[in-house]
Amino acid sequence: MKKNIRWKLITSLAVFVIFFTVGVYPILAQRYHMPLPGWLAAKQLKLGLDLKGGVHLVLRVQTDDALKIHTTTTSEQLREALKTPGIAVTSITVSTPTSFQVQGVPPDKDAEFVRLADDQTATEYDRNSGAGGTYTFTMKPNIAVTMREQAVTQARETIDRRVNELGVAEPNISLYGQSADQILVQLPGVTDVARAKEIIRNTAILELKIVEAGPAGSQEQLLQNYSGKVPDDMEVLQGSAQTGDTSFYLMKKASAVTGTDLRNARPTIDENNRPAVGFSLTNEGARKFAKATGENIGRLLAIVLDHRVTSVATIQTKINDEGRITGTFTTEQVTDMSLILRTGALPAGLTYLEERVIGPSLGADSIRSGVTASLVGLLLVVGFMLIYYRLSGVNAVVALVFNLVILLGLMAYINATMTLPGIAGFVLTMGIGVDSNVLIFERIKEELEAQRGVRQAINAGFSRVFLTLLDTHIASLISAAFLFQFGTGPIRGFAMTLVIGLISNLFTSTFVSKTLFEAVLGHRQTAALSI
Amino acid sequence: MQIFKTPHFDFLRWRWFAIGLSWLIIIAGLAVIKTKGMPLGVEFSGGTIVIVQFDQQPPDSSVIRNALERSMPGEGQNAIIQRYGDESARQYMIRVPDVGEESGAGLSQKADKVVAALKSAGIGNLHVAGTEIVGPAVGQDLRRKGILATVLSLVGILLYIAFRFQLSFAVGAVVATVHDLLVTFAFLAFFRYDLSLNVIAAILTVTGYSTNDTIVIFDRVRENIRGMRRDNLYDIVNRAVNQTLGRTVITAGTALLSAVALFLFGGEVLHGFAFTMIVGIVTGTYSSVFIAAAIAVIWQSWGKKPGKLAGSVPTATASATPKTRKPGRRRAS
Repeated sequence: MKKNIRWKLITSLAVFVIFFTVGVYPILAQRYHMPLPGWLAAKQLKLGLDLKGGVHLVLRVQTDDALKIHTTTTSEQLREALKTPGIAVTSITVSTPTSFQVQGVPPDKDAEFVRLADDQTATEYDRNSGAGGTYTFTMKPNIAVTMREQAVTQARETIDRRVNELGVAEPNISLYGQSADQILVQLPGVTDVARAKEIIRNTAILELKIVEAGPAGSQEQLLQNYSGKVPDDMEVLQGSAQTGDTSFYLMKKASAVTGTDLRNARPTIDENNRPAVGFSLTNEGARKFAKATGENIGRLLAIVLDHRVTSVATIQTKINDEGRITGTFTTEQVTDMSLILRTGALPAGLTYLEERVIGPSLGADSIRSGVTASLVGLLLVVGFMLIYYRLSGVNAVVALVFNLVILLGLMAYINATMTLPGIAGFVLTMGIGVDSNVLIFERIKEELEAQRGVRQAINAGFSRVFLTLLDTHIASLISAAFLFQFGTGPIRGFAMTLVIGLISNLFTSTFVSKTLFEAVLGHRQTAALSI
Repeated sequence: MQIFKTPHFDFLRWRWFAIGLSWLIIIAGLAVIKTKGMPLGVEFSGGTIVIVQFDQQPPDSSVIRNALERSMPGEGQNAIIQRYGDESARQYMIRVPDVGEESGAGLSQKADKVVAALKSAGIGNLHVAGTEIVGPAVGQDLRRKGILATVLSLVGILLYIAFRFQLSFAVGAVVATVHDLLVTFAFLAFFRYDLSLNVIAAILTVTGYSTNDTIVIFDRVRENIRGMRRDNLYDIVNRAVNQTLGRTVITAGTALLSAVALFLFGGEVLHGFAFTMIVGIVTGTYSSVFIAAAIAVIWQSWGKKPGKLAGSVPTATASATPKTRKPGRRRAS
């Protein structure tokens, strides 16, 4: 019996020491400059944005963009493929992000068209024929789903790279919500929101294109030689207001070189000593670029960024793998543009859905208030327990402290993030912990009144209440689980704290508390219990 | 020390009165929500919040409102302008109901305009301490998820209690929980606290908490049924409520202490949370004592003899242990 108690005491103490080391010691060590081994420092409770300050953004990836680009590319490839056998169709138009239509397929070439079209598109698009040689190609649903997922993943990775280049410590970039197209970006400590936002959402689709016509002051002027109509395989692009050139240009939809052919981009200066972006191309890109420039010496080359013509230059000679984007840029613009180009293009546009900026002072205020409130609450509860339950109250207080230490330790171990609702979760855990002890103590009192001996009363109290505790804790766990599953951000943090708190509380109130009673009573015959 | 020395209150006698009182509060709350609307936090309604901090003693809120009205006609009137946090923090919270364009990076346009309006108004140097801009799409998503989480957790609790106890108890517990939800919403509407994510967390906490209370009492009822098979359910339940009364009051009291501490010292962000906790703890305790058990008793008596007071524990099932007694079996007898 006595040996049994000793083992229980040792177990309790060991648990306490372990969780204290993981959860509480690092906090104390940082505060009072005590030595902190690396493996311990790695397991720490992190502060959430609401406490630390920073930027919290929720973005939606416009996955339609990515699908539309793919559909356009596919339709253009089909157009090219039809040229060789000389199948003349009236038009090929992209109608929705996932479908395009071919009109006026000559009846005598119908079979050949179908064969060619299937060659080009059958793996990804369903073909439907209509009257008068009209065919509609619609992206297969499973392909569309995959492509949307890819777009979101790719966007997340791109944002990740950009944020890393920005040098933000401990950013959090993750998929968000259940609609599967949202991305959460949390940047602790960042205050220049406008710049961060611009860098993140810049799609940075870079295209180098040969100019077919232009510059022209208006679209009508530009299309004079084309009887006022944009040819199917071409598009009209305008210069960006930023560079002061708002002329119109006509160029092929297909680009000579795109952003994916880029190897590197860095800030540099142009021949007039103005900031510019220098870029170099991959081997594949350089080959394509050399071919395009070699064939078009004397014509204009446009550098198009996000469908805006950024700079236009006459091709003097064949260019291999280096280029420069010039314009009237500031140094910061050039730095940011290089960063964006270097980290790759986003597959689709981004829309901001939610934006929170927590200034560092607000966060500090919240920590102070949260901690003060928790401490005041704790002291009030401890005071009450000591007065009401006297010596047994000490037992309850020990269990309470135990509970909080385990909670802190576990949360540090899983590198949980402490948010304001998380602090509230701590307060709630305190409440539940006290409740368990109250339940047990009240039961012991009842048993004592029923004229039982102290030891029997304690044993009966613990064993009878155990079932109740199990029921209440499981019911709470059920709601916490749903909270965790369907909650977002801080609410999840709250649910997490609650779950850990419930589990640790079951341990402290039934095991630690009981062990303490047994240890104090020893095997003396006690007539009275201070409760 | 003991608060109640072997109490013998006839709680169930008050059941119709208690149910009436609850209905009164709930209907009043619904009326307020119907007429004045439920105040929603920016994460649910969408909108723009800017928190500004003044370098010197800040002006009156009407000065800020006029400054907004001058640069953004019509906006000043619709804006909510409040002191934020401690007086010494010199902070104001300005909330306008809409956001900038919900495309590209346009979301923060509104916030930028508000800040520009204040900075150009010559009402003292100020800087932005924080902003919170939520587009309408996020709000809809959150609302859906919030309702889903609540309904599912209620169903989960219903099933668990029905499994561990019996159906009538589960009904009592769920009615009590729904009651707590409605009463809490009513008080939020009375005192015009914004329904925010933090408040939702508090509401769900409190419902979990109230279920706890209810289960403790039901647990005692279950235990008493074993020892007091001859007595009717009315007495058994009353006895259980009395036996657990000390615990109920002490637990509610300590939880209230923590919640009040949060309310007084927790700062601006936790105000709504703490208020909800306080209301919830009070109504949760009340519903556990007066509503949950009463509903269980009423449900059972309806199944047995319609209109009559509490039915006794049926003799047919007296020989069966309470745990294995299935709710459906009694109705069949």
